[in-house]
Amino acid sequence: MIRQTLPLIAIAALAACSAPAGPSKVTVADLWCRAAPVGAPAGGCYVTLTASANDRLVAVETTAADHGEIHTMEMDGGVMRMRPLKDGIDLPAGEAVALKPGGMHLMIIAPKATLAAGGSVPLTLRFAKAEPLTLSAPIRQVGAAMGGMEHH
Amino acid sequence: MRRRILWLAVLVSWVAVGGLALYVTNSPPKLQPATLGGPFALTDMTGRPVTEASLLGKPTAIFFGFTYCPEVCPTTLTELTAAMKALGKDADRLNVVFVSVDPERDTPEQMRLYLSNFDRRIVGYTGTPEAIARAAKAYRVYYKKIPTEGGDYTVDHSSAVYLFDRKGRFVAPIGYGEPHARVVEALRNLARTG
Ligand SMILES: [Cu+2]
Repeated sequence: MIRQTLPLIAIAALAACSAPAGPSKVTVADLWCRAAPVGAPAGGCYVTLTASANDRLVAVETTAADHGEIHTMEMDGGVMRMRPLKDGIDLPAGEAVALKPGGMHLMIIAPKATLAAGGSVPLTLRFAKAEPLTLSAPIRQVGAAMGGMEHH
Repeated sequence: MRRRILWLAVLVSWVAVGGLALYVTNSPPKLQPATLGGPFALTDMTGRPVTEASLLGKPTAIFFGFTYCPEVCPTTLTELTAAMKALGKDADRLNVVFVSVDPERDTPEQMRLYLSNFDRRIVGYTGTPEAIARAAKAYRVYYKKIPTEGGDYTVDHSSAVYLFDRKGRFVAPIGYGEPHARVVEALRNLARTG
């Protein structure tokens, strides 16, 4: 009995590895959320994504907040502008796309609890092609330096 | 030779003044940076009315933002908190004010809760949308409500901290992202001489 099922399990495991559901696979690095002040109605999270084939980050979801959005932010002549990226973020094959302070971010709106350093935020990243990824983003306190340059 | 130096000085000051006006208003240069600031009628975190006169007698560091802001505003408040700590008692000589450009969401209670995270000497002002618009105009602060999906919105806004002396005269801006040492120096200077 055992002798018969083992190879089957092995084949199933092999199939799971070699034949992913989507045509692309996205790898994740530097995932974290910024600690937010008590009472902050929104928080920012950051991540670096690399897709194996051309893909697109289309949505972010979290159970820790009302909802998530994908935003860009820029400083333009001293003016802070933030915009939701309705079409998500393009992930060209093999290219590391960094969401980092001062630029693109995942914004979680109406967190259910304070985003305190040391905690974590569950995030589900949805892609146009790759399977969604559910991850836990550690919450980090960023220092006093202005401009978010303290995170490298 | 002397005339050439004089002309150079005139040119340099014109460029500096024009650059400053451009910087603080994000609109075509107006060569009157000294007129920055002016009358306003807002509400503090306890719901009490405040005006430009409330700030006189102490030098003031003031900036405009909103509590929905995930990066620029909390970073600026964190920086100001750290700088005030570095200043020690000198920080008591300053008004440090955070004015909301999102009065619909930033009620006095929300401002109080949000600012409870930072140096307790930092005060929050809010008001009616009309009152905020008038204050922003006086301070030549650019802000704009940008609708997003689902009836939501975000607010573009100027990010600099503006420094005023005890008589309400504009001194200088501190730009977003300036080094901590420069922020401490600017605030210390303001506290001691402004
Ligand atoms: Cu955002």
